[in-house]
Amino acid sequence: MLELVMGRYVYVMIVILLAIGLYGVLTKRNLVKKLIGLNIFQTAIFLFFIEGATKLGGTVPVIDPAIGTEAEKYINPLPHVLMLTGLVVGISLTGVALAFLIRIYRDYGSLDDKTIMKEMNK
Amino acid sequence: MSNLPVLIIASLLIFAFISALVGIWKSAGARITALIGMALSFAAACTGLYQVLHHGTLRHFLGGWPPPIGIEYVLDNLSAFMIVIITFIGMIAVIYPPQAGLYIKPRKVIPTYGMILLLIGGLAGVVVTGDLFNLFVFLEIYSLASYALITLGGDRAVVASFRYLILGTIAGSFYLLGIGFIYFTTGTLNMADAAQLLPSMYTSPAVMTGVALIVVGMGIKMALFPLHVWLPDAHSYAPPTIAAVLAAIQVETGAYVVVRMMLSVFSPEYFIQTLPITTIIGWVSAIGIIFGSIMAIAQKDFKRMLAYSTVGQVAYIGIGIGLANPLGLIGALLHILNHAFMKSCLFLVAGGIRHHTGLHHIPEFAGLGRRMPLMMAGFTVAALSMVGIPPMCGFFSKWYLVLGSLEAHNYVFAGVIVASSLLTAVYFFRVIEKVFARPEEDRPEIQQAREPGPSILVPILILAVGMIALGLANAAIVNGILDKIVAPLG
Repeated sequence: MLELVMGRYVYVMIVILLAIGLYGVLTKRNLVKKLIGLNIFQTAIFLFFIEGATKLGGTVPVIDPAIGTEAEKYINPLPHVLMLTGLVVGISLTGVALAFLIRIYRDYGSLDDKTIMKEMNK
Repeated sequence: MSNLPVLIIASLLIFAFISALVGIWKSAGARITALIGMALSFAAACTGLYQVLHHGTLRHFLGGWPPPIGIEYVLDNLSAFMIVIITFIGMIAVIYPPQAGLYIKPRKVIPTYGMILLLIGGLAGVVVTGDLFNLFVFLEIYSLASYALITLGGDRAVVASFRYLILGTIAGSFYLLGIGFIYFTTGTLNMADAAQLLPSMYTSPAVMTGVALIVVGMGIKMALFPLHVWLPDAHSYAPPTIAAVLAAIQVETGAYVVVRMMLSVFSPEYFIQTLPITTIIGWVSAIGIIFGSIMAIAQKDFKRMLAYSTVGQVAYIGIGIGLANPLGLIGALLHILNHAFMKSCLFLVAGGIRHHTGLHHIPEFAGLGRRMPLMMAGFTVAALSMVGIPPMCGFFSKWYLVLGSLEAHNYVFAGVIVASSLLTAVYFFRVIEKVFARPEEDRPEIQQAREPGPSILVPILILAVGMIALGLANAAIVNGILDKIVAPLG
């Protein structure tokens, strides 16, 4: 068990981050904290892709004549590119969500989930 | 290689920006430009369907990079079928006037129509793409556009939209995590390539986790019970046009992704036998049908009733996927088409009533039938179709679902479908009775109500006539295209 954890400790950390993010989204009453939880959750997924791309002893994926053309010696660049797109998506989502929060705060004077629920049901 | 698949998406995405630019110059131009973009896309989609039916699958390699390295857009039977529905409903949404459908004055539509085109473009992209990661990107494009559009509904809509944003992003993230697992086990993101490589790795825990994450993510997107919590608020507070688009095609796109995964990326046997995915989807949907219908009966607000009805109706599609036999899946796909027509028509009627009378509570509708006969005729056709009365199209999808359940010897599902038709009848006949049979009340809203103009009536009546036409043509649709789609199920 310990070996498994030590051998894959990055993945364990990613799972912990995922759990923290979900916990924030599901249990926090403050909408900003929910959004922060969501960001942590997304970041954990980005890290998952980045970690999947690494190789022990791999280098930057630009072919260097001194190193040769073996794929084993270079880090897989594709997940990095995917996560660049993922980051753009994440930033847009955060931007839209923050704009919503500004509007919610103007309308209800609060960012607390329960208070807003009470106001909505009036 | 054909350019048609990319033309459908490109005309939507390019016209999204042209529409916003033209809107800045002349605000009335935004809607017209958007309509041109939608019409081009719809024309390309229809041509695509025709070519796919006659010459087989069309493929386009983006940037000339052949798969599995590059991204490919694939127009096969399933995606051609879906894309025609999506672009058609999108066109109806753009035709419907913004005062009634979006709660905004015509002058203020500048960015709105661009956003609608992005929403439709994202949905079309999800359907056409043959690449797992590209699907995620389109998923987020349409999600972002829909979050923004829901907020047009007012203060409550912003809160509903924020909740939907949180859950929708978690859904998208689950999907992304799922394809991460699949990418790291197979080393490919191309659907066709993954389908080749995956069978030898079916028992690997990583692939199983990936599939489970993808299905849960799409379960949230298609509002499968008990993951439907975001839907009633978001759909009932959104303005009518947006609610129509969301209920008619956005939710169904989630169902499409599950069907696509089952048929094209994994094998049906994997979803049926190795992992009990279809069984779980089926039973969860059976509960969802009953839950959605009962909750719809309890609602007094017209749009909220329709939103809960969507929870129930989407679960029909879930049951069809859950049955996982050819008849069941035909029922599910036919219900995607039928539900798109029925629910968008009903939401547009709700928008028309609200625009002309300001009413949205069902008990206040008494006597509207005599004041707006044509619009209420459209409503009645849609309501009868929802209940499942032939020759309206709603009957036939339920018929195939019941046949599928009987073939699978699953009498519980057959009973649920029949029972839910009765519940649907309860909540729609309640409205029909109010509208036609009750005497007019002496209130100014009712007394001054009159038939809306052709700009509101025409889209509703097109959909109403479409429902009868689809009902009459259902044999042609099933034989012509759906039979080919479900062929892998044997």
